[in-house]
Amino acid sequence: MVTLQINGNEHHLDIPEDMPLLWVLRDVVGLTGTKFGCGIAQCGACTVHIDGRPIRSCVIPAAGLADRAITTIEAIGETPSGRKIQQAWLEVEVIQCGYCQPGQIMSAAALLASNPNPSDADIDAAMSGNICRCGTYQRIRAAIKQATQAA
Amino acid sequence: MDFERRLNVRKDGTAGSGVSRRNLLTAGAAAGSGLLLGFYLPQAIGAEAAEAATADVFAPKAFVRIDRDDRVTLIMPQVEMGQGTYTSMPMLIAEELEVPLDQVSLVAAPPDDRLYTNPLIGFQATGGSKSVRAMWEPLRRAGAVARVMLISAAAQGWNVDPTSCRAEKGEVIHGPTGRKLRYGALADTAATLPVPDNVALKDAKAFKLIGTPAKRLDTPDKVNGKALFGIDVKIPGMKIATVAACPVFGGKLARVDDSTAIEIKGVRQVVRLADAVAVVADHMWAAIQGLAALDIEWDEGPNANVSSADIVRQMDIASQNPGIVGRRDGDVAKAMTGAAKRVEAVYQVPFLAHAAMEPMNCTVHIQKDGCEVWVGSQVVSRAQATAAEVIGLPLERVQVHNYLLGGGFGRRLEVDYVTQAVRIAKQVDGPVKMVWTREEDIQHDIYRPYYFDRMAAGLDEQAMPIAWSHRVTGSSIEARWLPSALKDGLDTDAVEGAAEELQYAIPNILVDYVRHEPPGILTGWWRGVGPTHNIFMVESFIDELAAEARKDPVEYRRALLGKSPRAKGVLDLAAEKAGWGQTLRQGHGRGVSVQYAFGSYLSQVAEIVVSKEGEVRVSRVVCAVDCGIIVNPDTVKAQIEGGIVFGLSAALFDEVTIKDGRAEQSNFNDYRVLRINEMPAIEVYLVPSTEAPGGIGEPGTVGVAPALTNAIFAATGKRIRKLPIKDQLRSA
Repeated sequence: MVTLQINGNEHHLDIPEDMPLLWVLRDVVGLTGTKFGCGIAQCGACTVHIDGRPIRSCVIPAAGLADRAITTIEAIGETPSGRKIQQAWLEVEVIQCGYCQPGQIMSAAALLASNPNPSDADIDAAMSGNICRCGTYQRIRAAIKQATQAA
Repeated sequence: MDFERRLNVRKDGTAGSGVSRRNLLTAGAAAGSGLLLGFYLPQAIGAEAAEAATADVFAPKAFVRIDRDDRVTLIMPQVEMGQGTYTSMPMLIAEELEVPLDQVSLVAAPPDDRLYTNPLIGFQATGGSKSVRAMWEPLRRAGAVARVMLISAAAQGWNVDPTSCRAEKGEVIHGPTGRKLRYGALADTAATLPVPDNVALKDAKAFKLIGTPAKRLDTPDKVNGKALFGIDVKIPGMKIATVAACPVFGGKLARVDDSTAIEIKGVRQVVRLADAVAVVADHMWAAIQGLAALDIEWDEGPNANVSSADIVRQMDIASQNPGIVGRRDGDVAKAMTGAAKRVEAVYQVPFLAHAAMEPMNCTVHIQKDGCEVWVGSQVVSRAQATAAEVIGLPLERVQVHNYLLGGGFGRRLEVDYVTQAVRIAKQVDGPVKMVWTREEDIQHDIYRPYYFDRMAAGLDEQAMPIAWSHRVTGSSIEARWLPSALKDGLDTDAVEGAAEELQYAIPNILVDYVRHEPPGILTGWWRGVGPTHNIFMVESFIDELAAEARKDPVEYRRALLGKSPRAKGVLDLAAEKAGWGQTLRQGHGRGVSVQYAFGSYLSQVAEIVVSKEGEVRVSRVVCAVDCGIIVNPDTVKAQIEGGIVFGLSAALFDEVTIKDGRAEQSNFNDYRVLRINEMPAIEVYLVPSTEAPGGIGEPGTVGVAPALTNAIFAATGKRIRKLPIKDQLRSA
């Protein structure tokens, strides 16, 4: 049995030791906002926060995360940076199909939390692990900049 | 995907029909309450359509419903895959119905070709940049008819002349007295009134909503994880399956030893299909582990030795013989003989995967006397049909629930993954969600065809073209996907953008098509379809001719566009905004393309820099768009931006290559996609227009590759005639 802290809630789970957090979230806990895109940490669709830092959940075994604070897209709006990013995403109208956007938003929220005024190079560094097939990158950059202006 | 010719489409882009308008709308009372307005989309073909259009029974699956609580519900035939239809379609209704956009909600339409056919495609499908073009008129008309009926209902109640009343923000107002009634209060009465025959649609000048950057209706749930895609379906008791099909195209399963796999905790069952194995488990991780633990022997079949090199060699040979004529103006052979100079080139584009971010998936529950399917599909009625066929059920026993699509790009115009999921479900007790790994998704995609095109031009003394010949060689998507779209054997998609749509005034033109099918490899629609390959060929080759003439590429094109003011207009606008002609630094280059496709005119100017090591960086793309009347300008810009990124990924990096009968690429590590750090600045300029709306989902993808490769030529003198660019500049 493993105990995980997900979005402030405690979950006691009987899961295989090597099971990546992504599948625990999606198929065991039932939080489907975190997406599967590649399974090899190449696309960023599965990004969640572990103690506030962005992590690709498709390659990190959940069993090693006992007592760490796991935050997913479902609860990121409760953090100041997450709320600002979500708001900016809607204002700039970033989203098209939306499948990669939970991961984009998690990466962007972590960036904003650690760097309130990121440069273009900072944005490239923080966001280049997140693929968007709809090609919303220009608006992602604009929205991150807009979020830095939000109160 | 050019079915307009077959479907008798009028010049303004709306569907022509022999059926009178009044028969297309029918009204009745909604179950319980309110006004239900059903209408049939006009179809030009088929007795079935005519029957549907004249049936006087009221269809319970209507398109628009107005409830007593004022909600307007649109039963939505078009699917949302990012292109913004869940906003643009409600805008069309809301404009004529005079309701605020946020008062309209959507319900995904169930499969029903009779009710929800896309008149430009011929069945219930979302693709080909056709949603606005197909629904532009019928949805506005439905809104207008509902508005007139609601006004009549109010006027009747007040005992006044309907012309003294108007509709505004979901209310009917009696002008002289200022009395008001909300639509919800009028819906029951309206439902009892006759459907008016002739309702005038608004003049474009009167539009309040159409043409404004309305906020998307689907995005609020996409920022917080609430939006549900097919892969997010949860059914009580559901198992998860993942699958491995024979890696060699056309191969079969010979034998599988599952003794290790079945011991893995969470693995429930191993399902054997003729050409695949699936592991059914409690969760995806156990299914993946189980699949890896299988000892599988494949019967690789006749394609085990197929390679890209062989395929291209065969296409080269096939392309040497004449094909089916797609366009013939004048006498090309004669003009070539008399030409002062002749230029020839071979252009090639590769097989491409779609790599939609949401891997293929489908959930199926087969019960004793029926079946339910949960899926994200661009072709819901085909999903239903394949499930019915596999199980042996009548269509009406198969329910399909359509979900948001995590990218379509043409991949979800296929139902191979639905067929496979149903076959698996036949062997599983209870609901099962089949999810492909990314590797399965790339290696068992239905690829954009490989095209091998021969271009030739005869030039006069001024190096202007007097003869133009373009021979397309490639597989036929229409022959497999919609054989009725073939025109005397001509795949109209394969020559789209090259034939009738070619805008250049050249007196002698011959465009022909040689069908050549690669062994075992299925090919299908990919964002931009025919024009994506043809415009690359045409716009690269015209650039070669400009270089041959030692003329400026913009000026050379402009001289040939005298008969196409809209094409010339976007070319001039893009050139002006891009600062065409301004000096660039060493290693930098600008390239241009112009196109007419999907009913829209575009011109793109790409600005690039090539490093000493031969790395290409695209720094800026300027795109001018004339797509006729614009429904949502922000969506149009977003689609162009995204389309350009999609086209850039393909032009720079992407190809699926075949070795030993199987795809060599497998995931985003070797099927590379443009990332934010590689993103150019994209500027989109929209031309105001009162012409009928054109398509916008695909055009951006179409013209960016030639703009890019023409810029590379300007910067380096190297002509790229084969995509992707990859490391071609490194060996230079």
